[in-house]
Amino acid sequence: MASKKIGAVLVVGGGVAGIQASLDLADSGFKVYLIDQGPSIGGVMAQLDKTFPTNDCSMCILSPKLVATGRHPNITILTNTEITGLNGEAGNFEVKLRKKSRYIIEDKCNGCGLCAQKCPIEAVDTFNEGLDNRSAIYVEYPQAVPLKFMIDREKCIGCGTCQEICKANAIEYDQKDSEVALKVGSIILAPGFEPFDARLKSEYGYGRFPNVMTSIEFERILSASGPYGGLVLRLSDGEIPKKIAFIQCVGSRDFQLGNNYCSAACCMYGMKEAVIAKEHTPTKLDAKIFYMDMRSYGKEFDAYYERAQGEWGIQFVRSRVAGVTEDPKTNNLFVHYVEDETPKTEEFDMVVLSIGMQPPKNIETLAKNLGIKLNNYKFCETATFSPMETSKPGIFVCGAFSAPKDIPESVAQASGAAAKAMSVIASERGTQVTAKEYPPERDVSREEPRIGVFVCHCGINIGGVVKVPEVVEYAKTLPNVVYADANVYTCSQDTQKLIREKIQQHKLNRVVVASCTPRTHEPLFKETVQEAGLNPYLFEMTNIRDQCSWVHMHEPEKATEKAKDLVRSIVAKAKLLKPLKKPLINVTPVGLVIGGGVSGMTAALELAKQGFEVHLVEKEKELGGHLRTIRYLLEKDDDPKEELNALIKAVTENDKIHVYLGAEVVDVYGFVGNFKSKIRQQNGRETEIEHGIVIVATGAVEYKPTEYLYGKDPRIVTQHDLEEQIAEGAFKAKNVLMIQCVGARTNERPNCARICCGQAIKNALKIKEISPETEVYILYKDMRAYGFKEDYYREAATQGVMFVNYEDERKPQLANDNGGLKMTFWEPVIKEEIEIEPDLVVLSAATIPNPDNKRVAEMLKVPLTKDGFFLEAHMKLRPVDFATDGVFLCGMAHWPKYIDESIAQACAAAARATTILSKPTLEMEGIVANVNEDLCSGCRICEYLCPYNAIEMKEKDGKPIAHVIEALCKGCGACGTACPTKAIIMGHFTTEEILAQVKAALIEVKT
Amino acid sequence: MGEFEPKIIGFLCNWCSYAGADLAGVSRIQYPPNIRIVRVMCSGRIDPIIPLEVFMRGADGILVLGCHPGDCHYVEGNLYEERKIKMLKMLIALTGLEPERLKLEWVSASEGQRFAQVVTEFTEQIKKLGRSPLSGEKPNQKIFENLQAAKNAASDFRLRVLVGRERELTEKGNVYEEKVSQEEFDSLLGEVVEAEFIRHKIHLLTKTKPLSVKALAEAVEMKPGAVLRQIVEMRRRNMIALDHVEGTTPFYKALEVG
Repeated sequence: MASKKIGAVLVVGGGVAGIQASLDLADSGFKVYLIDQGPSIGGVMAQLDKTFPTNDCSMCILSPKLVATGRHPNITILTNTEITGLNGEAGNFEVKLRKKSRYIIEDKCNGCGLCAQKCPIEAVDTFNEGLDNRSAIYVEYPQAVPLKFMIDREKCIGCGTCQEICKANAIEYDQKDSEVALKVGSIILAPGFEPFDARLKSEYGYGRFPNVMTSIEFERILSASGPYGGLVLRLSDGEIPKKIAFIQCVGSRDFQLGNNYCSAACCMYGMKEAVIAKEHTPTKLDAKIFYMDMRSYGKEFDAYYERAQGEWGIQFVRSRVAGVTEDPKTNNLFVHYVEDETPKTEEFDMVVLSIGMQPPKNIETLAKNLGIKLNNYKFCETATFSPMETSKPGIFVCGAFSAPKDIPESVAQASGAAAKAMSVIASERGTQVTAKEYPPERDVSREEPRIGVFVCHCGINIGGVVKVPEVVEYAKTLPNVVYADANVYTCSQDTQKLIREKIQQHKLNRVVVASCTPRTHEPLFKETVQEAGLNPYLFEMTNIRDQCSWVHMHEPEKATEKAKDLVRSIVAKAKLLKPLKKPLINVTPVGLVIGGGVSGMTAALELAKQGFEVHLVEKEKELGGHLRTIRYLLEKDDDPKEELNALIKAVTENDKIHVYLGAEVVDVYGFVGNFKSKIRQQNGRETEIEHGIVIVATGAVEYKPTEYLYGKDPRIVTQHDLEEQIAEGAFKAKNVLMIQCVGARTNERPNCARICCGQAIKNALKIKEISPETEVYILYKDMRAYGFKEDYYREAATQGVMFVNYEDERKPQLANDNGGLKMTFWEPVIKEEIEIEPDLVVLSAATIPNPDNKRVAEMLKVPLTKDGFFLEAHMKLRPVDFATDGVFLCGMAHWPKYIDESIAQACAAAARATTILSKPTLEMEGIVANVNEDLCSGCRICEYLCPYNAIEMKEKDGKPIAHVIEALCKGCGACGTACPTKAIIMGHFTTEEILAQVKAALIEVKT
Repeated sequence: MGEFEPKIIGFLCNWCSYAGADLAGVSRIQYPPNIRIVRVMCSGRIDPIIPLEVFMRGADGILVLGCHPGDCHYVEGNLYEERKIKMLKMLIALTGLEPERLKLEWVSASEGQRFAQVVTEFTEQIKKLGRSPLSGEKPNQKIFENLQAAKNAASDFRLRVLVGRERELTEKGNVYEEKVSQEEFDSLLGEVVEAEFIRHKIHLLTKTKPLSVKALAEAVEMKPGAVLRQIVEMRRRNMIALDHVEGTTPFYKALEVG
C-alpha cells in the first residue's frame, strides 16, 4: 500500500550544514524539525575564531544564520534530542525521539541570564574546551540559539537559587525526559564530526604537558570571546609564547591508529591559526608548521599558503614529528623530527596539534536505528554519483559525516541534500506550513504621531542598574508620547498581548521599546505591532541593556541618565517614521541552466524534480561536457559511462527540461524572479525565454601544456590522453613518468588545480592493474589526496608506484636524447640526481577556467576571480550563490573539482534556486533606496557603488536616470551617501531620521 | 562643576559593531557611559554631512564603527566609509575643530572587549581634548560658521563625486583604464577640499551682506589675491555675483545654490 507523503523533513544535527539544509527547506515551503543532541545549535563553527581563506570572523557570519533559523516560522528546533527509532519508508517516515530534560520551561525562559550569575556551582565550560568554567545553569555561548538556559544535572546541587531568582518562573526541577514521535517525508543527516582524541597519540604529550594543546582549544584561545580574550597564553604559566609549533595530521593519515584518511581541512586551519596567532600576539612570535604534504587544494588556498610563507613569515617543515618531550622546569617543549634524513630537536614554548575529524560519537547506534550503512571508517557510505544518498532511500547526508570536509563544502552539500530531501516530497510542498495572516493595515498618514513607549526591566538585568520607573516617567514628558509603562519582560508572550491592547486603547501609531538588542528582538516586536494593524516599520527600539545597564553596572545614576537620553533620542526618530511597503515581485517559476555537463544536467534535473520547467543550454552539439572524457573512477564505485548515459537519458526524456544544443545564451535582462533571455542556436535561430533564476554551470577546460615538449612528441601526453589510451586498450608503456602541477601552482597560475593528484593516482593504479610490471614514477610537489583518497595514495605506494617529491627550485628536466626521452630529477631521500628513460611521460595538466566565462560574467554582471573562475557571494557560507539575487553557480565554473563535489554543488544550486522558484511572489525587505528623479543627475556613481546590481539607468526625457530595482536592493545606503545631488533617500534610515535621533541625544537635559 | 563628561555619538553598523557592542554587554565589560549609540545598517550609511551636523550640535566626539575589511555585510560599504572619513578629517581640520574628535574603527561581532576598549580610549582622548568649542551656552561662532561651510562643501556635487569615485579611480582604473595613484588622488582631494571649504565659507559670509575682497580676505585669513581667484571660480559656478561697487571697491553677494 502506497502511504501518503508528508511535506516535512527531519534534519539531524544543528551545525552549519544542518542549519543550511533547514533554511533551504523551510524557505521552499517545507516544515523542518531540526534536532541536535546539545542544548543549542551552531556546531563547531560557533567555536571557531576566524575562517580561512578570508580570515572572516566566524561568529559574525554564522550568527545571522543562527537567528534566522531560530525565528523561522517553518523550523522547529528540538535540542537535547536523539533518535531512538524509525519506521516507514521514503515519503512517510515515523521517527521516534527522546528529548532530554533541560529543567527549564523553554517557552518561559527568555535568556536573561540572572540565574547563571547567581548560581553558586561551577562546571567545566565545554564550549571553551575546558579552558574556563561556567555555571551549572548555563547557555553554551552568548549568541546561542535557542537562547534558553539549561541545568547541568550532573553538577547542580539543587540549592534552589535559580528558581528564587528567575522572574519568569521558568525553572522546573522535576521536568522529565520526553518521548516525541514525528511524521516526516525525508531525513537529512548532518551530525558532523568528533575531534580526534589527542591523548591517543601519546608521543605528542597531550594531557601530560600543559603547553601542548589541540587546534580546537587553540581556536577558543584565539577567539576574542574566548577564555583569554584573544590573547595567546601558555597554560602552564600564563606567559605569551614566543615560539609555537603546529603539528599536522594528528589522528589523520595515521595507518597505525586506523585513521588512514586525510581530514581535509587541517592544513588550512593550521596555517590560519598560525597567521591569526601572530596577529593576536603583541610581541614577536615565531610559528613553525610541521607537515607531510601541504594540502591547500581549495579555491584560492594556495594564494593563502604563499602569503603565510611570505607576508606572515610562517615557517614550514616537511616532516612527520616523531615525538614531543618537555623540560619539566620551564614546561617548554622539545619537538623531535627528521629533516633531510637527519634527526633534529627544536625547543618551543607551545605546541598545537592539528587534530583530525572522526565520525560522531555513538554513530553506530544512530546508523542501526536508521538502517544506514557506514564505510570502513564509520563515516556515512555514499558513492561518487550519489554523494548525498545514504544506503536507505529517503535518508540523505551532508557535512563532515559523509567525509571530512571544510565549511563551504559542508554548506554546499547541505543545500544539495536539501534538494534531494525535497524531491522525495515535492508534491507535498506547502502542506505542513501555514502562512501567517495579518489584519489590514491602519492608515496613519493623517494622524499626528502618537507614540507608546515600553521600557523593559529585563528581570533585574536593566532594572537592577537603571531606575526604570524614572525612565518611564521621563518618557511620558517627551513630545508625542501618549503612553509609557514598564514591563518585567517586554519580550514575554503576555506583554505582546499588552502591547496590542495598548495600541488599540491609546490609538498608538508609533511604538518604541527600550530593552535589549534589535538584532535578536526587533523581528518579534515588529510582528506584534503588525498583528495590531500597524505597519511594522512604525516600530523602533533602543538598547538600554547590552549597551547601558550591563556596561555601566557601577554607575546607576549615569546609566539612568544615558537610558533617558537613549529613549528621548529614539522617540525623536520614531516621530518621523514612515510606513514602508515591502515590495512584492512575481516569480516566473522557470529555470535557466547554462552548461550541459554533469553539473548543469544535474541542476536541471533537480529543478525539474521540484516541478519547475528548465531551459538547459549547451554550447557543444552534445550533452556531457568534461564527464565525456572520464572513463573510469578512482573509487571504482560507479561506471562513469553508464552514469553519463543515464543522466543524458533522464534529461532528454524529462518533458519539463528543454535542451538547446550547439546554443548560447546571448542576452540576459531583468532580475530575480523576472529574467528575459535570448538563446541563439548555431543555425542562427533565436529563442526568447522568461525565467526566474539562472544557474551558471559552464565548467572548465584542460590546460594545454607548453612545458616538457608537450605537442612535440607523441610520447608526452596529459592525464586525459593517458586515460583515453588505457580505456581504448592502446596502453603499452613499460616505464611511465608522471609530472604533477603542470600549469598549476606557477607564477602565472598560483593556485592548485585540485583534481590532478587524484587523476594521477587513479591512472597509476589502473596501469598497475593492467600491466603490473610497468614502472610508474610520480613527481609531485605535495600529494593532495585529501579525504578518503588517501587510501588510494597508500595503495599506489604499496603497489610499487614511486612517489618523488620535487621543489620549484629543482624542477624535473626532460630532454629528447637522440630519439629517446631522458628525464632528470633530484631524489631528495637519497640526495642524488636520477636519470631515467621513460617511454611515456604523463603531464598532470591543470584545469583552467572556461574562456567563455568572461563573456558570461559580463552578461550576467557577476564577478570572476583573478584566475578567471566565477566568484561566489561569500567563500564560506554562500558557495553557490552570487551576490546578485537569483543567479547561482556550480561545478567547475566555480573551481576545479571532482564529480561528487560537482554533483553536490549542482544540487545545492537547484535547492537555492528553489527557495525562489517555489514562491509565487517574493516579499522583499521594505528598507530600500528611493531615487528622487528630479534631482538625479545621471552620473552613475550609485550604479558603480551598488554591490548588488540593484541600480539601473533608465532613460527619462532624454537623459539617464538612476532607478532602484527594489527586488535587489539590500538597504545598505552606500548609494545615497555618495550621491552628488543627494537624490537618493534610504527608507527607515533617512538623514532626517538619523539627525533627529542624534540631535535629541545631544540636548542637555535640565534636571 | 564636576569633571568634564563628554557627549559622544557612536554610529554602529548593525552586523558587526552593534553586535560587538552587544557582546560587550553580554560579557559585562564596563566602559564609560558617555557614548550614545545610533544603529545604522552599514557604516557606509554615514553621509559626510551627518558628522558635520552632529559636531555643529555640540557633540564632543563621534565614533564611526564598521566591520573589519572583508567582513562587511554589504561587501564593501566599510571601505567606502573609510574614504568618506578621510575626506571629512581633511575638511574638519580646516574648520578649527580638532579632527581627532572624529574616529573610524573596525569592530567585529566577536570583539566585545575591543569595543569597550575603543570606546574607553576614545572617551579618554576626548576628555583630554576637552569640551567641544561648540558645546555649552556660548558656542564658538567662528568654528560653527566654518562647520556650516564645511557641511555645505560636503553637500556639494564636486566633493561627493570625487569621494564616490575614489576607489574606482585608484583601485580599478579610470575611463582610460589607467589607475590613479593614491598619492596623486589624495593630493588632488586635499586641494579640492581646501578650495571647496573656502568657497563655501565665502559664500556663507556674503549671504547676509555684500562684502569686498579685502574684507573677505581678512575674514578667511587669506591674501586678497587668493580670495579673488576663488571668487572668480565661484562666479563661474554661479555661487556668487557682483552686487555693487563702492568707490573702487566691488562688493559681492552670495547666490542661492542648488
